[in-house]
Amino acid sequence: MYQYNQDDQTLINERVAQFRSQTERFLKGELDADQFRALRLMNGLYIQIHAPMLRVAIPYGLLSSTQLRKLAHIARKYDKGYCHFTTRQNVQYNWPKLEEVPDILAELAEVQMHAIQTSGNCMRNTTSDHLAGICKDEIEDPRPYCEIIRQWTTLHPEFAYLPRKFKIAVSGALHDRAATQFHDIGLHLVKNEQGETGFKVFVGGGLGRTPVIGQVIRPYLEKRHLLSYLEAILRIYNLFGRRDNKYKARIKILVKEEGLEKFKSLVDEEWHHIKDGMELSDERIHEMQAHFVLPHYDNSASIDSTFPNHLESDNAFATWVKHNTVEHKVPGYRAAFVSLKAPDEPPGDITDSQLEVVADLADRFSFGEVRSTHRQNLVFADVKQADLFDLWQQLNKTKMATPNIGTATDIICCPGLDFCSLANAGSIGITREINETLDNLDYLHDLGDIKINISGCMNGCAHQSVGHIGILGVDKKGEEWYQITLGGSSENEAAIGDRLGPSVPKDQIAQAVAAILDVYVKNRIEDESFLDMVKRAGLTPFKKQVYANH
Amino acid sequence: MQIIKDRNIIEDSWQFIADEHPLLPGDCTVTLERWLKEKEQLLRHDGKVGVRIESTDNLEILSGDLALIPLVEVNFVIFSDGRAFSKAWLLKNRYQFTGEIRAVGNFLADQIFYLSRSGFNAFNFEGNQNLTLALSMLNDFSVSYQKPANQF
Ligand code: SF4
Repeated sequence: MYQYNQDDQTLINERVAQFRSQTERFLKGELDADQFRALRLMNGLYIQIHAPMLRVAIPYGLLSSTQLRKLAHIARKYDKGYCHFTTRQNVQYNWPKLEEVPDILAELAEVQMHAIQTSGNCMRNTTSDHLAGICKDEIEDPRPYCEIIRQWTTLHPEFAYLPRKFKIAVSGALHDRAATQFHDIGLHLVKNEQGETGFKVFVGGGLGRTPVIGQVIRPYLEKRHLLSYLEAILRIYNLFGRRDNKYKARIKILVKEEGLEKFKSLVDEEWHHIKDGMELSDERIHEMQAHFVLPHYDNSASIDSTFPNHLESDNAFATWVKHNTVEHKVPGYRAAFVSLKAPDEPPGDITDSQLEVVADLADRFSFGEVRSTHRQNLVFADVKQADLFDLWQQLNKTKMATPNIGTATDIICCPGLDFCSLANAGSIGITREINETLDNLDYLHDLGDIKINISGCMNGCAHQSVGHIGILGVDKKGEEWYQITLGGSSENEAAIGDRLGPSVPKDQIAQAVAAILDVYVKNRIEDESFLDMVKRAGLTPFKKQVYANH
Repeated sequence: MQIIKDRNIIEDSWQFIADEHPLLPGDCTVTLERWLKEKEQLLRHDGKVGVRIESTDNLEILSGDLALIPLVEVNFVIFSDGRAFSKAWLLKNRYQFTGEIRAVGNFLADQIFYLSRSGFNAFNFEGNQNLTLALSMLNDFSVSYQKPANQF
């Protein structure tokens, strides 16, 4: 993975010093709350219901074991012994003390980590495919470009005060696992007719209050123009994005109001002026690629008989392998997920000691690295099949082997009413109830690939509008109610879920989900997936069942 | 009145003249609208004349006149209005403006590093900002991933 050079390190050290000064001046009353708010947000610091919340960047989801141990140490020393992985591959601490945040940042800087631009109206952490570099369907590894973009976005002086937040995602595979069509800018590595790779550029996608699927603004962009083209889009957005209404300030609204053609012509004109001055040289690209060379795989990894033997003799292990591991482009290796979705724990939460277990396992089994996924789990990308049994046993002992990756209990859930000051309704409690109704593993596995996303308010941090089943907390005269949508997807065939009907009260939402799954099981044709069945049959059969008693 | 200019704290006597008032003796800035309307007359003024632009103003209209203007002020109504940063970048880079680009109005000392990287070289703070502190913030970072505005 990318290793900082002296300049990278200097920059984050200086950022820590700058933030320390800002915090001190705020505590002394020299910065007012509004001023400090803008400054702290740009460093990932929110003020939540109980305490500040600090969001730490994990660039495109890559973490080393050293970094994991540091996250564990911070959780123990400055927080309540746990932290939370987010849907943007970042990590959050829910209980830090404001005056200690500069110390936390200094500790992070020791392991090449920071909280720069993890919130606020600026360019956020660039996200990517958690299977980058190892999946079979990859056109090119997106990570070198992610790092190039990370550096370009970091402390970009001109674009620190955008109309609203700005998110970029990059995917290098045929199967889009990075939800690129729901980002302000989505980049797909593609091949042109000459067989060269470049980027297909999507713009104006986004979730939140007004979910919009991104549109293609440029079907093929040469790599050397990557940064100039991004810069052109950002300058046009910075100059013309709406600033009069925070709900209309995302780039998706600008693209919609101007129309794609007009927006594109503005961008092209700007780009024309700057493209020659900002070319990415092949040298720079190669230099960056050298940071992401593949590890030394064992060529004989597939000549191993223990793995098939264990699969045969141990059902629980076989089930875990089936659901929580995926294939790898190198024979004899698999990628293994760490499920952060144990039935009785809030999705995405992990304790200090679990983090340390993951760090040790990464060192033993996966070249010292782990990745965060945007479904709030972790993944060891490079595990030898012969090591899987051992790995599984260790994960099992520490409650990280729930065999539910990609199933209905692999729920994405925002902090909701328990932590978030914007929430209308709880989400963690709903997740727990759904887990209780789905406690039969065979039934769960029979349901197959089902993505449930639960957000506690319209802001949609858990991306409920692209959940196969989306659940959105709404406030009805001070009571917690939930709206249900079906049929959303953030993958290649991007879709926004359709609303099932009136919202349901809190005590009926788990039953409603159970009813929906029941309708699916009874109506699916052969091995039709949930999403396909919803597409084919529409909402009617679900409506009938969910609202049967109303 | 003291301002920061070219990394020094200096005495400054430029004054902004609102549209309905006549120019005062000495160096004055006026709104873009007034400049466009009264250019000929303004150029006969004894002191120097600069233009104050707002974040909503279109710079293109001014681009032909930039050689006649020693100072462009970019006004911040609110510090979080990032358009001012792009305006300065465009002035410096697209329009090759070589005069002074001054930030005025409601901006923060904590923004001064970004502002200078975007093209501003002078800073006139509202209220009683500690200028020595602000000056030191121009050195908050010794490294940057982006080229400064005049190096494109
Ligand atoms: S969706 Fe709403 S409740 Fe949930 S974390 Fe986001 S803002 Fe808070």
